[in-house]
Amino acid sequence: MSEASPAKAYTLHLGVIALLFVLSFLLPEYYHGLLARIMVLAVFAMGYNMLFGYVGLLSLGHAMFFAAGLYGAGLAVIQLGWNVPLAFLGGIACGAVLALGIGLLALRTTGVAFMIVTMMFAQVFYLLILYFATWTGGDQGMVVPQPARVLSFGATALELTNPTVRYMTALALFSIVLLVTLAIVRSRYGRVLVAIRENEERTKMLGYDTFSNKLAAVVISGTICAASGAAYALLFGYVGSSFASVQYSILPLLWVLLGGAATTLGPLIGTLFMYYVIDITSGYTSAYLLIVGIALILLVLFFPKGILGSVRQRWLGWLP
Amino acid sequence: MMPLLTTKGLSRNFGGLRAVDGVDFALMPGEIRAVIGPNGAGKTTFVSLVSGRIQPSSGMIVFDGADITSQPAYIRVRQGIAYTFQITSVFANLSAYDNVALPVQRTLSDGRSKGAVRAGVMAALERTGLADRAHMPAGQLSYGHQRLLEVAMGLALKPRLLILDEPTQGLADSEIDNFITLVREIAKNATVLLIEHNMPVVMQLADRITVFNAGKILAEGTPEAIRENAAVQEAYLGTAP
Ligand SMILES: Nc1ncnc2c1ncn2[C@@H]1O[C@H](COP(=O)(O)OP(=O)(O)OP(=O)(O)O)[C@@H](O)[C@H]1O
Ligand SMILES: [Mg+2]
Repeated sequence: MSEASPAKAYTLHLGVIALLFVLSFLLPEYYHGLLARIMVLAVFAMGYNMLFGYVGLLSLGHAMFFAAGLYGAGLAVIQLGWNVPLAFLGGIACGAVLALGIGLLALRTTGVAFMIVTMMFAQVFYLLILYFATWTGGDQGMVVPQPARVLSFGATALELTNPTVRYMTALALFSIVLLVTLAIVRSRYGRVLVAIRENEERTKMLGYDTFSNKLAAVVISGTICAASGAAYALLFGYVGSSFASVQYSILPLLWVLLGGAATTLGPLIGTLFMYYVIDITSGYTSAYLLIVGIALILLVLFFPKGILGSVRQRWLGWLP
Repeated sequence: MMPLLTTKGLSRNFGGLRAVDGVDFALMPGEIRAVIGPNGAGKTTFVSLVSGRIQPSSGMIVFDGADITSQPAYIRVRQGIAYTFQITSVFANLSAYDNVALPVQRTLSDGRSKGAVRAGVMAALERTGLADRAHMPAGQLSYGHQRLLEVAMGLALKPRLLILDEPTQGLADSEIDNFITLVREIAKNATVLLIEHNMPVVMQLADRITVFNAGKILAEGTPEAIRENAAVQEAYLGTAP
């Protein structure tokens, strides 16, 4: 947002990326796989944060953008036989187009109405997936066949089922999206988005077409979420309707709230934290969701701005 | 000379209340026009109609020869109508710098250089005496400084018509003197429409004065003429210092 300390911010973000890279060689197999998944889902959270954190629009339907990428990429491979890069781009395109359409309609509302409208659209999307079971596999979902999950560059072929390839691909996507969000947030456009969040009326009176700016933010957000969904389908090989359910609209909200809304690294921290808590507690008790719930309540009580939001407020004011 | 701004039969009702009632108004380019009138006379409502913040119930607004009655506020701002809020409406959680950067970055014609934004922001902050507070969150500025920040944001839009709604409210006397100098300077490049309760400020600055009462224009003329006007004295000045 501010023009100060670009060097610090970029160093921190590159440092996080470097750390994730090194972890690939240090982590035991189980955590290695888990972290790959977390990085892909953190991209989902970053997309959500773009709209919720920076523009202040609370959507309860972002599962549809994730699912658009997931099904877009999955169906492109399974039904159309596209190769991996094309299917990935196809999934992203599905999310972008869907976000444009949803944005045009849903942005006529604000506040609670916006929450309800986005949730309704996501529900329609979910039901359509179930309805067209012949193509989508309905509630069974579909498996993206292993032989198709290959990235070929001329003679060399990288199998996405290989844990290291999978981890590095997830890291590449995560890094790109992280640096892109950082650039957006620090740009003039990012400043306008925050202004809209703080006071839309005032922003209009400075000559900004706030509707168009919000629409662009919905499309960016939806596109990032679709990229996450498309990567999920291609890396983990499963395309299922549960990813379009309301649970997957609420999860990114929780991840972002936990990690810190309107912080660039918050989505990663939140996603990581939630998975970590679930992972530890489910080892001890079958009532782990109760513990997760309690952890969430404590966090919201003592860190209402999320983990990184509180860190920024108390210690590191320069955090983007 | 053609007026920069005219309104014809401009009205706005709130329920049964005629807050602005059939106002015919004309403003010449380069003028400093003061608008005065008792509380609730409809001054803020009138300039809100001009800036597009609220829609008229009837009537017409012409700016620089073009009918802008149905244009959204942001377009009017781009055409050169800047409005500073009576009720301070800065972005409280953003720094003073970012508050001014928002209008500066939009009016920049070269879309690129960061230096241009910084230069524009610091120029506007310096003119309003806020340069040393650039990095304070706007919400932590004193009330008077928030008023000045509003003016800085208006200035940064490089307006052709700058509407100031009670800008001196909450300013100390010393700050008011600086403010008068500032408005004189602004008026070299822009037309100024100034709503003001502080009569000494009005008398020093205004080329002409328009007096509102109960949604209508009660009188209009030079400061001297308004001072002598009996109807105005009864409606307004009689109760003023
Ligand atoms: N949004 C609104 N809804 C209902 N009534 C309103 C609204 N805005 C203004 N009014 C009423 O319209 C009348 C004119 O108000 P306005 O704010 O334009 O007066 P003003 O001349 O600016 O007064 P002041 O000197 O106190 O700022 C008042 O009676 C006010 O109560
Ligand atoms: Mg007023």
